[in-house]
Amino acid sequence: MSAGTRTRDVPAVGAEAPAGPGLPTRRGGLRRLLSRPEMGAALGALLIWLVFAVVAGPPFRSLEGTAAVLNAAAPLGILAVAVALLMVAGEFDLSVGSIIGFAGMTIMVLTRHYDWPLWPAIAVTLLLGLAIGLSNGYLVVRTRLPSFIVTLGTLFALRGLSIAVSRALTRRTQLGGLDEVSGYAPAQVLFGSEILGPFRVSIVWWLGLAAVATWVLIRTRFGNWIFAAGGAPEAARKMGVPVARVKIALFMTTATAACLVAVIQAVRFTGADALRGEQQEFRAIIAVVIGGTLLTGGYGSAIGAVLGALIFGMVQQGIVITGVDADWFQVFLGVMLVAAVIFNEYIRRRASEAR
Amino acid sequence: MSEPILRVERVSKRFGNVVALRDVSLSVPAGQVTCLLGDNGAGKSTLIQILAGVHRPTDGRYLVDGAPADFASPRDALTRGIATVYQDLAMIPLLSIWRNFFLGAEPCVGSGPLRRIDIARCERVVREEMSRLGVQVRDPAQPVGTLSGGERQAVAIARAIHFGARVLILDEPTAALGVKQAGVVLRYIAKARARGVGVVFITHNPHHAYPVGDRFVILRRGEVQGDYGRHEITLEELVGMMAGGEELERLAHELGRPASAQGAAG
Repeated sequence: MSAGTRTRDVPAVGAEAPAGPGLPTRRGGLRRLLSRPEMGAALGALLIWLVFAVVAGPPFRSLEGTAAVLNAAAPLGILAVAVALLMVAGEFDLSVGSIIGFAGMTIMVLTRHYDWPLWPAIAVTLLLGLAIGLSNGYLVVRTRLPSFIVTLGTLFALRGLSIAVSRALTRRTQLGGLDEVSGYAPAQVLFGSEILGPFRVSIVWWLGLAAVATWVLIRTRFGNWIFAAGGAPEAARKMGVPVARVKIALFMTTATAACLVAVIQAVRFTGADALRGEQQEFRAIIAVVIGGTLLTGGYGSAIGAVLGALIFGMVQQGIVITGVDADWFQVFLGVMLVAAVIFNEYIRRRASEAR
Repeated sequence: MSEPILRVERVSKRFGNVVALRDVSLSVPAGQVTCLLGDNGAGKSTLIQILAGVHRPTDGRYLVDGAPADFASPRDALTRGIATVYQDLAMIPLLSIWRNFFLGAEPCVGSGPLRRIDIARCERVVREEMSRLGVQVRDPAQPVGTLSGGERQAVAIARAIHFGARVLILDEPTAALGVKQAGVVLRYIAKARARGVGVVFITHNPHHAYPVGDRFVILRRGEVQGDYGRHEITLEELVGMMAGGEELERLAHELGRPASAQGAAG
């Protein structure tokens, strides 16, 4: 099938007609790899590692330095992986940061104020997370309002609620002493320990969840529906995809991921603060976008979110080690975000336009 | 001739006081292309929506395989093998060909948490179904957005046939396409016919209808203005009927005058 067939403009009719034109030739393996959503982030991560490996030197390159990077990246990474799935489905969740504060305080109030053992407190907190996600998702789907607005409402409402309730009950917005609660020892192993030298167990949670998310996104029907829900919801509905259910499930996933982060941090620091998790919603979105996921949905990956969080961790630790004023971190975030969006937009155009 | 797969007899459709369709009859036999021609507002869309199960006719009969059918939704029509490919194609540009092809009906293997899409099978089926339309797909993982308009139509048509369409209703498949791409789509229509599918080809372009059509039904203001077999009408006659013959002449006359008057003034 030559390219010449394509230029034939007289409609040939009938079963004996010459076969139609072939589709564009297979893209080379390298080109295919380059068109993966997380490719830019992978190159960016490599570049940033090289820069700090040279500038910051051995403290950054060492085992301890690497552990510090991964430990710092893990909580954000857990959030980012869940947020990536939601963003591929075309929605935002600005409430994850508040959920961290809310969930942390819930655990502390239940255990320290009401003297619950730790595990039931964790179970109730996760259930509350699921309920918050359900409420976010249901409101977005039913009202057809932008999720940006709905979850912005949740962000403020939950943050206020966390502060008000913990203050009303305990007269404090910071609570400690979780290590005195029954059931702490096994929870410490599962959520707050170091598993290998200086590497924390939260890294395992992070990468494990990323692997599951990647499997779901790429290999399952649900994953196909996530892409479809974000790419063209009307078309997806026509093909019988339950778009509303997919989105609600993903809001429940992001809320649960935020609860998991709260549990990890509460166990690790043996306490919680109603203000914990501030700005994490934005950091998660930035990590996801750096990872190549489109703000408009329909395209992205969980691996990209992992790389985005990794870049966060590297820059955060690298700046500390090199002794640069930490204020520059914010500048870096802003620049990185805009650069990534411009780059992603370019990739999307290449991926979606007729050649 | 054997019983047509689908037949409507003297169907009418009123929306309140507006009569969108009056006494329209049409039959779609297997392995034939029935062209439905008409200008904007002629009632083509209403007729498609009745055939596709979106609307019920106000009067008249709808028969499938000779038996009366009463569709409550497009899904009902689909289960009887009547598939409609709309202009937007219900496709997601950023998703790959195979993901679009099987969207909502992904074949799976494995069980429990290991239940997964059978990607190898998806890719194989896409290649097979597309090659039966005469398109060689080299990479089913390619995003649909990178395909040309004609190729996207091919994916939509192949998908409908694969999922059991016996009647394929194509809503203006050539409208947004250039000359070459339109020709490509006509080939797909011919291929679908060769496989025994009954095709309803909606268009307002007689030049697209004539090369593939076995029967031409011309709609005008909600009524059938003409119904011809392939050998009962020439392309010129079809073009004339579509444009409204005398009307076109009058228009040419009208437009001719000011042009010459302007020429004289200048």
